[in-house]
Order: sequence, then C-alpha cells, then structure tokens
Amino acid sequence: MAAEQSPQAPATPSGDTRIHNIGYRSYDGPRLGRSYARMSLYSQSLRGAYGLGRSAKSKVLPMLLFVVMCVPAAIMVAVAVATKAKELPLDYTRYAIVMQAVISLYVASQAPQSVSRDLRFKTVPLYFSRPIETGDYVRAKYAALASALFILTAAPLLVLYVGALLAKLDFTDQTKGFAQGLVSVALLSLLFAGIGLVIASVTPRRGFGIAAVIAVLTISYGAVSTLQAIADVQGSGDAGILIGLFSPITLIDGVQSAYLGASSAFPGGVGPDRTEGILFVLVTLGLIVASHALLMRRYKKVGL
Amino acid sequence: MDVTVIATESLSKRFPRVTALDRLSVDVGPGVTGLVGANGAGKSTLIKILLGLSPATEGRAEVLGLDVATEGAAIRERVGYMPEHDCLPPDVSATEFVVHMARMSGLPATAARERTADTLRHVGLYEERYRPIGGYSTGMKQRVKLAQALVHDPQLVFLDEPTNGLDPVGRDEMLGLIRRIHTDFGISVLVTSHLLGELERTCDHVVVVDGGKLLRSSSTRDFTQTTTTLAIEVTDTDEHPDGTRAVREALHARGVTVQDGSGLPGAGHILLLTAQGEDTYDLVRDVIADLGLGLVRMEQRRHQIAEVFTNDTDDAQRKEAVGHGG
Repeated sequence: MAAEQSPQAPATPSGDTRIHNIGYRSYDGPRLGRSYARMSLYSQSLRGAYGLGRSAKSKVLPMLLFVVMCVPAAIMVAVAVATKAKELPLDYTRYAIVMQAVISLYVASQAPQSVSRDLRFKTVPLYFSRPIETGDYVRAKYAALASALFILTAAPLLVLYVGALLAKLDFTDQTKGFAQGLVSVALLSLLFAGIGLVIASVTPRRGFGIAAVIAVLTISYGAVSTLQAIADVQGSGDAGILIGLFSPITLIDGVQSAYLGASSAFPGGVGPDRTEGILFVLVTLGLIVASHALLMRRYKKVGL
Repeated sequence: MDVTVIATESLSKRFPRVTALDRLSVDVGPGVTGLVGANGAGKSTLIKILLGLSPATEGRAEVLGLDVATEGAAIRERVGYMPEHDCLPPDVSATEFVVHMARMSGLPATAARERTADTLRHVGLYEERYRPIGGYSTGMKQRVKLAQALVHDPQLVFLDEPTNGLDPVGRDEMLGLIRRIHTDFGISVLVTSHLLGELERTCDHVVVVDGGKLLRSSSTRDFTQTTTTLAIEVTDTDEHPDGTRAVREALHARGVTVQDGSGLPGAGHILLLTAQGEDTYDLVRDVIADLGLGLVRMEQRRHQIAEVFTNDTDDAQRKEAVGHGG
C-alpha cells in the first residue's frame, strides 16, 4: 500500500529516498473511442459469461455446464477409439439437439447475468453517458452471449472431431460433418442468445429472468414435440413438421435436416424437405433479426 | 467569464404532459457551478440534453463548444457523469468496476488501470477498493460513483445530487472533494442540488432553475462576501446564568446587531450576526473571552444564499424556489 499512498506523503529529504507529492495527473494519452469501447464491453461480457472477472461463486455454474457439455463427447471418442468403430456414435449435428437441456440451462443462467444486472443496479446510464450508443451496447451484449454459446456448443464438436481423427475415421466425412455441425451450432447460438437476452432484458430481477428463459425454451419444446407426436400418430406428417417452427430447438433441427445433412429428431426421423426447409431458415433468421430489434427498442427506452 | 463551458439558448424540452425546460438560456464558465432547483425543476433533464442523450424540443445547447444535437459522442468522451441514483453492481470491487468504466470511455487497458488507481486514491478510497462494492458505506459508494466520472480525466463533470443520502460529515467531505475537482484537478464541475445553501461554499457560480425556467444565474462571490452570517452558541456560567443574553448585550454595546436564531434547532441558545470581515470573528472571540463563557460553536450559517434571494427579490415565484431550496 505504501507505493499507492506515497504521492500524498510529504517530501522526506532524508538520504536518497525522496517522495514527491505529484498530486493530480491529467491524462494526455490516446482515447480509443466507440469501437474500442464496444470491443471492451464485448470481451468483458464474454468473459463474464464464464464467470471470469467475477466472483468464484459465479464461475461454478457456467464452468460446470461447460464440462457437462464436453464429457459425453469425450466418452464417445474414448469408446470409438477403444472399439475401433467405423463411425462416431452420434452425428456432429445431433450433439446439440441431444444436449439441449444443458444449453437451455446455460442461456437461462447467463442471459440474465449479462443484461439484468446492468438494469437492476442501474449501471446502464453509466454506459450511455460514455461514447457508446444504444446499438453498440446491444450488439456487444448480443455478440458476447452468442460467442459464449458457440464456445459451449462447438467445444464438444471439436472434441469429437479430434477424437475421430485420432481413431483414424474417414477424414473427408468427419471434416464435412464437423463443418456442418459448426454451422448448425453457430445458428443455434445466435437464436438462443437472442431469445434469452430479449426475455432477460425485460426484467431487472435475475430470478425471474432465469425462470422465464427456462420456461420459454422448455415449454415451447415440450408443446411442439407433443403435438408432433400426436400428428405423427394421426398420420398427418406434414402438419407435424410445420409445428416444428414453433420452438427454437426444433427450428434448428429443421434447418439442419433440410440443409446440413442431419438426421432429424422429429417423430419418425422425417424432417422438413428442402422446400419446407426454406420456411425454417426464414423463421430462424426472422427471430434473430427480431430479437435484435426488440433489444434496440428496449434500450432506447432505458437511457439515463 | 472568458471561456464558456456550457451555453444554452432558449432550450426547451416538452414531454406530452409536462414542460421540463422552458426556454432556458444560460452561459456557464469554467469552475464549479451549482445548478439549484427543487426536485422536478428540470435539472436532470438538462443534464441529459447536455450529454446529447435526449434531443431538445427547441433551442440549442453547446458543451465545450460542441453542439449537443450533433456531437453527442464527442461530448461524452470529454465529460464525466455521476448519476443521482445508485449505479454500482455490488459483486465487483471498486477497482474492477472503475477500470471497466475507464475502458468504456476509451482508455487503453494499461492507462485504465493506472488512472483507476490514481482516481480512487484522489477520491479517498484506499485498501477497501479491492473489496466488493456491496459492502461499502453510502459515502464510499458516492466516492466510487465520483471516481468513475473522473477516471478518464474529463474537461467537465456533471454531478447529479452528489451529497444525497450523506450524513453532515460525509456531505462536507464530498463538497470539499468537489471543490478540489476544480482547484486541484483543473476539471470544471456542474453540480446539482435541491439544497441551495449547500452550494454556497463550494461553487463559484450558482444557477437557479424552477419549473424549467431560469430564475437566477450569478456568481456566489457577488453576494456571499458582504453577508456572511455567523451562528454562535455559548455556555452558561454561574456569573452569567444566561450566557446567550450576556453575549447579545455585550455585542450590542459594541454596535453589532444580533438576532435570535428563532426557527433553528436550539433556538434561544443561538445568536446570529452578520460578519463584516475578519474583525467580527475577533470581536466575538474577545467578547466571549471577556465574559468568561465557553464558546460551543461559531460557524458560518448554511442556506444563506437563500436569504440573499429572498431579500432582493420582489418576484413571488423566485421566493417559492428559494423556499424549495431551503
């Protein structure tokens, strides 16, 4: 502490040690402006999504979920290597669908952390009294959560891919599957981050935010898969497929079964064909754009 | 006033139901300027417009020579803002928080850390700055709020009700700090308060607004010098069972007009007199010493700008504002 307080101490002329009161120093260095501030907010929010730079307690959940996401991939790889399997037990594109509960839990815990805190503790005005604008704040927060989700969903795919190469599986097949998986989880990250942030930004209460995000993600999926099962039993397969437009995870499932060579988790394993797939892509992109627009609207109102 | 820090010209802000600012024209120079008005007088609205965050309905304003309507981002890079309300997350330390805010103002990482250490020290936060803000007292939180407004070395800071919620000692410390922001740091200050008297020692200039209109804009020096009011309280002794009366009579004999501090806490034991420079202080000291009484306190009275306004105004509206201020 001595070093910190020394400038205030009086000058002591004894010997060589001489402490000067340097008083207030003005800052003449560079001011890096808006884009730098936006990047700083992005990196701070991204780190925060894994509890980095926050208390030890807030690291527990995101880190735990990250491990939970990766462990099954590691086990699959171990099994594939040990049994000298011809292919991985699970497609790259299916992984996120199977692990959707973990992903939903992550979004539900980290989206409110990212935006509700600033609202609850009224930190938002401090941001907007600085060079950044509403759009910068929204985009930084959105990009940060989407990146965090991408890390969460792409890491196990990377584990699978590296493992598959170690198991000397077909390189071309594996690389293609891995690439398709990455595109799919990128889309999923954008969609889930958008939905999570929109819900979380409505309430300054973190608990409500967590509950609301979980509710929206699980209830929509529960309702959609139930209706799809009923439609399947009644033999109206087309209607069942289109019901898939109404929950985020079935949307992604639809997009990847139509375009990314994925096997669908829809009843009977029949996903949308390429024509129906257009609808899934449009709705997915529409939701991402709408999330962004809603966040912009929300923060225009917050202001100071 | 050679340089203008803030200039507004018939600045108006109307909301559907209420007019927050009504053709406000005021020039503010460097130094510490108090913006006084009752709650809802338009102070916070004015700050929002000056930060370029809320467009004015009509009129124009410039901050540091930059137009608020078109150069908001440039203004916000050069000014600091301390909000009235709580704005600190409880789970991070003051250091982490202020470093982050410095980077949000565009300071590179290393500079942000250095400036944070410097600024927190200047506002009077030492070892506690590594602890989570949630455990801080109100006074310490106010200092963190002030630090985040100063960390990027702005040319001007807006402080919205910085003494809110502080006890008398905390208030005095905060006011002293505000004074230093200008004298030691060379940063101009616009400080708002609904307490007119609070700003008398701190500000070079006071702007009074009410109902969005300018009531008065004047230098504090213009009137404080001639009318410093002293409050005196003395003990009683066996020789003078009513010490207050004894002092009053003794002072009266020396030709000093003394009033009772009626309406003040401890009325009957407090004497008010108008100080005519340093001599008055010596006179009071001598009189009390001669009588053998103990001097409990002798202080410059607060709310005294309010009296100046009351005395020289014939405008009922003006009086009303002063009433709010007191």
